[in-house]
Amino acid sequence: MSENLERIVTAVCESFGNDRTRMMDIVRELQETQRHISDDAMDLIARQVGTYRVEVESVVSFYTFLSKKQKGNIVIRLCDDIIDRMYGFERLKQTFCDALGIEVGETTADGLITLETTPCIGMCDQAPAIMVNDEIFTELSRDAAIDIIDQLKAGVAPERLLRKLGDGNNSCPLVSAAVSNNIRRRGEVIFAPLECGRSLKKALAMSPNEVIRDVKTARLRGRGGAGFPTGMKWDFTRAATGEKKYVVCNADEGEPGTFKDRVILTERPELLIEGMAIAGYAIGAQEGIIYLRAEYAYLRPFLEDVLQKARNMNMLGSGVMGKQDFDFDIRIQMGAGAYVCGEETALISSCEGLRGDPKNRPPFPAQKGYLNCPTSVNNVETFCCVARIVDQGAGWFSQIGSKGSTGTKLLSIGGDIRRPGVYEVPFGITMREVLDMAGGENAAAVQVGGPSGQLIGPDMYDRIICYDDLATGGALMVFGPERDLLQVVEYFMDFFIEESCGYCTPCRVGNVLLKDRLDKIIHGKGEPSDLVYLEELGTSVKATSRCGLGQTSPNPILSSLKNFHALYLAKVKEDQPFQPTFDIHQALGTAKEIAGRPSMHFAE
Amino acid sequence: MAKPKIATTSLAGCFGCHMSILDIDERILQLVELVDFDKSPINDIKEFTGECLVGIVEGGCANEENVRVLQDFRKHCKILISLGDCAISGGLPAMRNTIPLQECLDEAYLNGPSVHNPSGRIPNDPEIPLLLDRVYPCHEVVKMDYHLPGCPPSADTIWQALVALLTDKPMELPYDLFKYD
Repeated sequence: MSENLERIVTAVCESFGNDRTRMMDIVRELQETQRHISDDAMDLIARQVGTYRVEVESVVSFYTFLSKKQKGNIVIRLCDDIIDRMYGFERLKQTFCDALGIEVGETTADGLITLETTPCIGMCDQAPAIMVNDEIFTELSRDAAIDIIDQLKAGVAPERLLRKLGDGNNSCPLVSAAVSNNIRRRGEVIFAPLECGRSLKKALAMSPNEVIRDVKTARLRGRGGAGFPTGMKWDFTRAATGEKKYVVCNADEGEPGTFKDRVILTERPELLIEGMAIAGYAIGAQEGIIYLRAEYAYLRPFLEDVLQKARNMNMLGSGVMGKQDFDFDIRIQMGAGAYVCGEETALISSCEGLRGDPKNRPPFPAQKGYLNCPTSVNNVETFCCVARIVDQGAGWFSQIGSKGSTGTKLLSIGGDIRRPGVYEVPFGITMREVLDMAGGENAAAVQVGGPSGQLIGPDMYDRIICYDDLATGGALMVFGPERDLLQVVEYFMDFFIEESCGYCTPCRVGNVLLKDRLDKIIHGKGEPSDLVYLEELGTSVKATSRCGLGQTSPNPILSSLKNFHALYLAKVKEDQPFQPTFDIHQALGTAKEIAGRPSMHFAE
Repeated sequence: MAKPKIATTSLAGCFGCHMSILDIDERILQLVELVDFDKSPINDIKEFTGECLVGIVEGGCANEENVRVLQDFRKHCKILISLGDCAISGGLPAMRNTIPLQECLDEAYLNGPSVHNPSGRIPNDPEIPLLLDRVYPCHEVVKMDYHLPGCPPSADTIWQALVALLTDKPMELPYDLFKYD
């Protein structure tokens, strides 16, 4: 064990107060500087923060942005999302493999570049996209890809790579990203002009209960997708007893196809901060955490700066806006690449420096959340809505949208449409209106709410976007008539298999069984009973999984079975009742090689 | 009218399910009233003598002979039952499924801590059936009509299922028969 490593690990651990609940920060920093977290490093961390080696290793092995294996100084991650696949992912992957002379998962011989793929990085409106360390490059052509590799090989650091900066704050020096906002429609809630501090000041002039009452009167529901009434959640958190209370912002926008939070974080971070401070005031919290997904690390310096400015304006800190007894500050917790951490209890585990395992409920986070303290976890967009409600009034807010779903909703629309991007629309709008707006009149199918949502066809385009009909966290993936929808479903199942945390059997095993049976059907070996099997198993996985991931992962199969039944029927053969997936020759291949003799029962 | 025939076999199993069949105790006298036994380890008939109504299969498929026997059962039996967890899911033998075949053989015949094998050879007589790359449950190889779970399924489960099939009555298997924990 080198003294050098010991010195580095000790310093990193000390910079986080040798606090094992800050494990994510510790291992992330070591990954960044050492390019891996070695066995020795894990032993040292465990000793330094006073925990077990297995605790450290369980974190390192869980998150895809962390590794035990040495990575190159530069990690190129190709976004392998269904939309990226539609827009040339395979070709781009081949370009990178050829130009670097390595396969995905490998590192160049000089140790400079590691090539990987990663699920949706939140750039579906500008696919294909890649990450080079924390930097993002979008709408990448083959030539641009080769150019990037040439520059990297010539020693240019990722943050110095030439790029065309995006619009709005994307071109401000602290972001400097080749990312476009693509805000196609501005509504009156999120993207309306903002006067910093006004809503927070109004909130502080009210009592906490009055703030919660306003949020309730506005009938605000969570924007992450589940639609739980925000005021009720805050009531529970306020009423719960605990030494400290916490406000957590879920900015782990991992649902493939969703990218609206990225645009809020880029263009309206002040609104988010005000919303969080108001939440802190309402529930009696002194600390807020923004859980930012690793894919959005490029926004971190910018967000830190916005936080600092807010402190300078006394919108954060002690005695917020002159309110003597209200102290509130926010820190950013970086994720490390795990879809399941978008689930609120898994997100809390991650904030606590653990694997992103979901927790048992009850107790709900409102009773026992972060570090066992009452915690309210809300979506980025929800906090922004709160700030507007306080500023403009609950009556104003509840006039927008439909009865059960008040306000506006940000939609992230990508795929086969002419105008991909973010649309702020009032709830109650039909899918047809949305598709017309986005230039997707020919859409053959729309995946509403990401893979965990539902796949609908043209006969359902008159359905309404709201919590009681087409509920969505905001992702709409549009597929044109030439797309193979069963392949889309297959991709989504692969995604869930990869992202399942593995804790409970229905999700860990069930998704694999569903995918295997789907493959059998796709390859023309299906029989009618396979459709019944998918339906029954899918329903069981939903009913028996431990968290939201497994409770929704069969949705691509179940909703396509329901809404696109003909696609399946065309694949299954009525007249051939049993189609084995088993192939005796393939199954005997290895043994024949080992034994050096042919099969005695099954001649070739 | 001739009595219907049944056949049984143990593929990659431990014969525990067959022991459980024998646990029907004196009801075996009633059973022989109902059926004749064709190919089965119980009477040591090696090859099918004709068509059977019911075939009972214990164990999954670990080698090529298992596959041949199972396919033979499918050919000769109107109704096939996967009896017990090995037939249904591969069971204990399937624990090797995550380990490459060569490593399994090396561990079993060369490197295992309790191995005594002075010749240092892995058995490879032409009579020994070749192993499959992994252990397969029966229903992936041929169509299985019924699955009776358990390790082993209890004699009562087997008895009730058989009687229902042989007398063409609905199969009534109370939850208690399947509740193992």
